[in-house]
Amino acid sequence: MIDKVVEDIDAAIADIGDGATVMIGGFGRAGQPVDLIDALIRHGARDLTIVSNNAGNGDVGLAALLQSGRVRKVICSFPRQNDSWVFDRLYRAGEIELELVPQGNLVERIRAAGAGIPAFYTPTGVGTEIYDGAETREFGGREYVLVEALPADFALIQGYRADRLGNVQYRKTARNFGPPMATAATTTIVQVDEVVPVGALDPEAIPTLGIFVDRIVPVGWRDWTPDGVYAGGLVDVNGEPVESGIDPTVGETKATEGLPSGVGGKR
Amino acid sequence: MATRISRGELAARLAQDIPDGAYVNLGIGAPTLVADHIPEGREINLHTENGMLRMGPAPDAAHVDPDLINAGKQAVTELPGASFFNQAESFGIMRGGHLDVCVLGAFEVSQHGDLANWSTGEPGSIPAVGGAMDLAIGAKRVYVMTDLLTKDGRPKLVAECAYPLTGRRCVSRIYTDHAVFDVTPDGLAVIDAFGDTTVAELEQLIGLTLVDAIGR
Repeated sequence: MIDKVVEDIDAAIADIGDGATVMIGGFGRAGQPVDLIDALIRHGARDLTIVSNNAGNGDVGLAALLQSGRVRKVICSFPRQNDSWVFDRLYRAGEIELELVPQGNLVERIRAAGAGIPAFYTPTGVGTEIYDGAETREFGGREYVLVEALPADFALIQGYRADRLGNVQYRKTARNFGPPMATAATTTIVQVDEVVPVGALDPEAIPTLGIFVDRIVPVGWRDWTPDGVYAGGLVDVNGEPVESGIDPTVGETKATEGLPSGVGGKR
Repeated sequence: MATRISRGELAARLAQDIPDGAYVNLGIGAPTLVADHIPEGREINLHTENGMLRMGPAPDAAHVDPDLINAGKQAVTELPGASFFNQAESFGIMRGGHLDVCVLGAFEVSQHGDLANWSTGEPGSIPAVGGAMDLAIGAKRVYVMTDLLTKDGRPKLVAECAYPLTGRRCVSRIYTDHAVFDVTPDGLAVIDAFGDTTVAELEQLIGLTLVDAIGR
């Protein structure tokens, strides 16, 4: 029987070795596989190259991985954010290497790696300092720059639901880099809120196919989606619990009231 | 002294030029104000590059979903008919020329339509580009929304950009607090000047020769 579910999250990432290139999904905090990243920090692999859109927010997840000193290089499009102090400090201290890639070229390089395309011409970035000296060519009177595919050893992704075959669905804008990254890594590991029986996912709506996925790690419902239903009013956009919120329709409310007990899963 | 209009007034002026049914990406910052000023009776589709079409306004504090954010990583909502898709498809929407309009901020725009909006090149600053270069070269119409002058009075419309480029010859139109400019083969053309502002005053402010196309 095919069963890609690995309950032990530390076992799921145990073969990530020193020097590995690791894709980490997410746009800001949405879709960032924080539980897998925490396991990677515990695991202790060093000298990593990380491919991700951003370079960490606050002190958790990717930021905590950078803080651990185990990342040699980051390949990303937008490292500078108002809460990216960990990366900022490492970069200014010369302790981390940065390869900056325009976001569309970053994701297309990932997509190409997963689709067997070694390189492609893109109009994005032509004439900018990012592609100084790069090979260019004209098609139809317009100039394009040649960029190479970007594969990885591992991809760490946050999904929403999956089955034991590795089919994955995402939730809203947390989908972002998940599907292309899942195709581009030798080993793809997806953490999900819930594992559902085979046949429960609509075959018309499977953004990441099981053929691309090696391991599924169930980590439990997040507080704002007990039993898969968005509860609302429990967290801020960072996923942090909200002490009190003001809902203009009902006046001032204490947003943590009404939190169903025991639905937070492992989180 | 030439007349200036507020950010909100400028957003309303720009919104007049977005046609019914358009697919539109609004850049981070002031361009997001445009969404609040779409004229009554027009239906537009907002695209956010992190993977959504038909993005809705910000939710109230009790309905913030961390899985539902915009490119500025702020909480948003979904309108009926909304769709979610991955980053490769989202940037295919831009690069493939499917977006009708994008609205971006700028550090500088050259008279040829070159755009600089991603880096000041200052030593010690953290470089970050995100989707700016893809938006600049991808949308059918690239509108820039900006003050005409920097806080210390230097023109942001220039003969050639000094800051690192985001895209070459990609800007269609520039909406400023003094006037609206089209990028044309003959240089910048003033198509609308606010209040009693004249083309001669604008030429004096920015030091470029301008085409008077007001009312054409």
